[in-house]
Amino acid sequence: MRQMVASVEQRVAAIEAVLDELGMKPGEFVDQASQLADEKWVPQNGARVVAKAWADAAFRRRLLDNGIAAVAELGIEMPRHHRHLVVLENTPTLHNVICCTLCSCTAFTVIGLPPDWYKDLEYRARVVRESRTVLKEMGLDLAPEIEIRVWDTTADTRYMVLPVQPPETRGWPEERLAAIVTKDSMIGVARL
Amino acid sequence: MDGIHDLGGKQGFGRVRHSPAAPVFHAPWEKRANALYSLAVRLGIFNMDEYRHAIERMEPRHYMAASYYERTLTSLATLCVEKGLVTREELERRAGGVFPLALPSAPGRSNAALRERFKPGDRVRVRLDHVPGHARMPAYIRGKQGVVVSESPPYPFPDAHAHGVQATDEPTFDVRFTTAELWPDSADQALVHVAVFQSYLERAASVAH
Repeated sequence: MRQMVASVEQRVAAIEAVLDELGMKPGEFVDQASQLADEKWVPQNGARVVAKAWADAAFRRRLLDNGIAAVAELGIEMPRHHRHLVVLENTPTLHNVICCTLCSCTAFTVIGLPPDWYKDLEYRARVVRESRTVLKEMGLDLAPEIEIRVWDTTADTRYMVLPVQPPETRGWPEERLAAIVTKDSMIGVARL
Repeated sequence: MDGIHDLGGKQGFGRVRHSPAAPVFHAPWEKRANALYSLAVRLGIFNMDEYRHAIERMEPRHYMAASYYERTLTSLATLCVEKGLVTREELERRAGGVFPLALPSAPGRSNAALRERFKPGDRVRVRLDHVPGHARMPAYIRGKQGVVVSESPPYPFPDAHAHGVQATDEPTFDVRFTTAELWPDSADQALVHVAVFQSYLERAASVAH
């Protein structure tokens, strides 16, 4: 009789047991990484960055010039293998959107871990070729005169979108501004 | 490799299932799989390029059907077996069933012999390379012309780094392509930017189109 495929839970447990017997302390690391995923790799980081860029023109220039150094000013770190953070500034006539067609890379320490749909085959296959159609299907119907720029994360350079500040929020304190910034807007599938 | 993972521009897929409110992880095992692969990278058992390549080497039907974190798990397990930490039989004994792994790797390669330093505004062409091993050049840009918009700091060359082949780190260039160049008459109008390793690029002889 053909043996059944083990469940994903059983497979994870098998690998974890192997790493444990090799003295790699996987249990401890899983707890730490869980905490990082829940508390540190969250879109609220990117939201703070966007809010400060809206409120502080000098910070905005530094952010566009050297993303990693600028987010570090706010205490936000990037993994060692992410050596460059490119911040893509939207304007009323220009819209940026990011993707990763080969896997699902993101600046996860800044904008949060990627959502399901970003990792799905549909988004990866279609957004580079049918950006306007895909954005419209996702609820962002861009006027025809708005130019679309897609950024495919094929190396370890990371990207985030700096959304346009809604005019009615001018003069708001940074904390209040940060509350309106979503992960979708930093990926570029939404405008605020 | 021209694998199943190389999805950019593939047609026939349906609507994106947009789920803004969905949690990042759906079950505890997903979080564990994600943490365990990250631990293995941290401990130097394998690097990110080996990790990505082992996902790409998954049997295509398995790749398409597997969830994101099942692909993570499969890569982690494959590399643990290939690096000699455990045998497949031992993994299957512990898991109490079949443990599907990725297919074996083909050889990698080192940097291109001729590499040019480009600057923003330079017109470039993506080389017509076909490699059996790992590469970070999506097929949709192969042979296409674009314009360099910026340069990133040097990174390990993926085609070598995924295979334990000696190579020097090299910069990547963000290259801007028009969708008219990539998919003439069959794409929405837009500019598509791809981070392209220096070894994949050559200077374009003349203007694009």
